[in-house]
Amino acid sequence: MAISPPERRLWWKEPIGRAEVIWIAVAFVWGLVMFSAMIYWHIVGEQNLSNEAYRVDPEVFAARAEELADKYKVREDEVTGYPIVHPPPGSDIYLIARLWEWWPIFELEEGQNYRLHLSSLDWQHGFSLQPENINIQVHPNYDLVLTVTPSEAGEYSIVCNEFCGIGHHIMVGKLLVVE
Amino acid sequence: MAKAPTFRTCPDTGLKIHSQAEALIKANAVVAVVYLLVGGLLGLGVALTRWPAVHLLDAETFYAVLTAHGIDVLLFWIIFFEMAILYFASAILLNSRLAAPWLAWVGFAMMLVGSVIVNYAVLQGESSVMFTSYVPMQAAPEFYLGIILFAVGALIGCMVFFATLVVAKEEKTYEGSVPLVTFGAVVAAIIAVFTIASGAIILIPTFLWSVGIISEIDSVVYKIVWWGMGHASQQINVSAHVAVWYLIAAIVLGARPISEKVSRFAFLLYILFLQLASAHHLLAEPGISSEYKVFNTSYALYLAVLGSMIHGMSIPGAVEAAQRAKGFTHGIFQWLRRAPWGNPAFSGMALSLVMFGFLGGISGVILGTEQINLIMHNTLYVPGHFHATVVAGTTLAFMAVTYLVVPLIFRRELIWPGLLKWQPYIFAVGVAGISVFMMGAGTLGVARRHWDITFSDSIFSFDYPPAAFLMMGLNGISAILAALGGVIFILVVVGSILFGKRREEAAAREAPMLTPAAMTYGTAGTWHLPGTYILVGVFFTAFVLYYFINWKFLSEVWPLS
Ligand SMILES: [Cu+2]
Repeated sequence: MAISPPERRLWWKEPIGRAEVIWIAVAFVWGLVMFSAMIYWHIVGEQNLSNEAYRVDPEVFAARAEELADKYKVREDEVTGYPIVHPPPGSDIYLIARLWEWWPIFELEEGQNYRLHLSSLDWQHGFSLQPENINIQVHPNYDLVLTVTPSEAGEYSIVCNEFCGIGHHIMVGKLLVVE
Repeated sequence: MAKAPTFRTCPDTGLKIHSQAEALIKANAVVAVVYLLVGGLLGLGVALTRWPAVHLLDAETFYAVLTAHGIDVLLFWIIFFEMAILYFASAILLNSRLAAPWLAWVGFAMMLVGSVIVNYAVLQGESSVMFTSYVPMQAAPEFYLGIILFAVGALIGCMVFFATLVVAKEEKTYEGSVPLVTFGAVVAAIIAVFTIASGAIILIPTFLWSVGIISEIDSVVYKIVWWGMGHASQQINVSAHVAVWYLIAAIVLGARPISEKVSRFAFLLYILFLQLASAHHLLAEPGISSEYKVFNTSYALYLAVLGSMIHGMSIPGAVEAAQRAKGFTHGIFQWLRRAPWGNPAFSGMALSLVMFGFLGGISGVILGTEQINLIMHNTLYVPGHFHATVVAGTTLAFMAVTYLVVPLIFRRELIWPGLLKWQPYIFAVGVAGISVFMMGAGTLGVARRHWDITFSDSIFSFDYPPAAFLMMGLNGISAILAALGGVIFILVVVGSILFGKRREEAAAREAPMLTPAAMTYGTAGTWHLPGTYILVGVFFTAFVLYYFINWKFLSEVWPLS
């Protein structure tokens, strides 16, 4: 039994039943399938997290974001006064995460590409785009650059889903996609 | 320490029981159960706060309670209990004395003091940094110090365990190879050493940083090393509770593995690959390459998953074979229908196995798929998954084995057997609900570790879909049910230890708990196990379908690269 030493001292010479051999083979092949699926998706899939990332000083990142926002600000959000920034398609855009806001509000065009830069100015935050449900970790001192293609016009929210202190649950931002 | 060890002979099993080993098992198990009670009730507070209609705690309390909940159950309840399992699987199962009991007591005391310090730090309110304590968020220095102290104590326990194996071998207290359960415990202890080393590598500098000696800790590096501890420690649990499944099947049914070789090979895969997978928690992180993520998150080629899938056939197969040997050979499933479903040790084991596989195992593989992680990272899907592994899997298995430990080690009859029969079912239904509804809410995007999903204090409004609110309500109800199951467990165990009828030697000898081996030789080639093949087929089908459904979900979100 499992609580006493194996009755056959040479237990490693026991034969293995056919069903067990088949199951091990099936499970092994399934593992290969799942392993290949990730590689396959890198080749043909459209949703892969970018590997492009840089070390960045928080002040430098903030300066870039502010410069961009100044240049392409089209109006202000009526309720909150946050700048609404409409950058040209294909450009680099900088989104700041900090205690406890996402800044600024971007207005993007449907079906266009943008190089989105994500970084935090203080602690870690979680970029959670809703209701799309895309979730990416945001670190201080790291600039993650990913190419996004908003596929449908509408108003989106960015929820923080990495615990970041007492104001964590009020950390919500907006993202607009227009046709 | 020069005193000669004293032994008694267990009337149920005939094993020699070293009094010091027995005392250490009792002490560790009792502290474990206290932390289960504390941590479990804190968890109920979390669930009732996250139920928007109830919203029990204020934000500050909630984040402190959530931090303490994670640490008390995930570290303290489980690891204290695992210490008891290590001493049982070494000294007791090998008929040996425990090596250096005084050292084991030192380890125990360090774990106890460390755990109290951590709780003090968290409940003070200055260390609400969650179980993960990601930098640069900072806790009070004593928070890190307490965890380090606890970890070193646990490391000492592992060393005593290894030393006992050596003593048993030298003093020839057993013949041949160690039992399978001991083998599983060895695997757990090896992974534990790796885990504690990773913890030391990251927590010692973090402690120094918290007192101002080190100026900065890189947040990504922290996470890579921290999860070497955080993830590997969950693999200790997997190895330990799989060993417990084998243990219960052996004692209750006299079951033996279909093949010793295959089961040991599956455990070996755990040592080689299971502790790899810290990248499960780094898939949405900047600065780590996809190549590393794919290799690491899949445990090389899903070889540790392979290990679990092997146990997933081996254990039900062992049960089926034992039942058939007893004469329950009618049709495909008579053996299952006539299994001892009224014995809480058995039903707890069976429910733990099924829920760990179907809910925890499958969701874990999917969550750990590099790209699919993008639609789940840091949502409630994550706690949904690990409540299925750690609560439905580990905790329920440990509860089930406690129903054997109380009569065998504490030598008390269990009180309230009528109520006890229902305990595993109540707890299992509650935990299944917690897992499924959190995973459901996570699929709808709901963030984990979040006090208010209505965002009532936020300057921007946002509403999760109404179905998410329904899920959170159902999660709250399930948590109440699980808490009820937990409270019954604790009342019965504590009540039995304090007031249960003494289990006299004569009575035990007359009706021993140990079922004699149902089979003398391996079932391979001897028994046909159609029921097990069907169950395994159902599991595999569910796994494949749910896997591809999630790729479909992923393909529907915005393209990103
Ligand atoms: Cu945040």
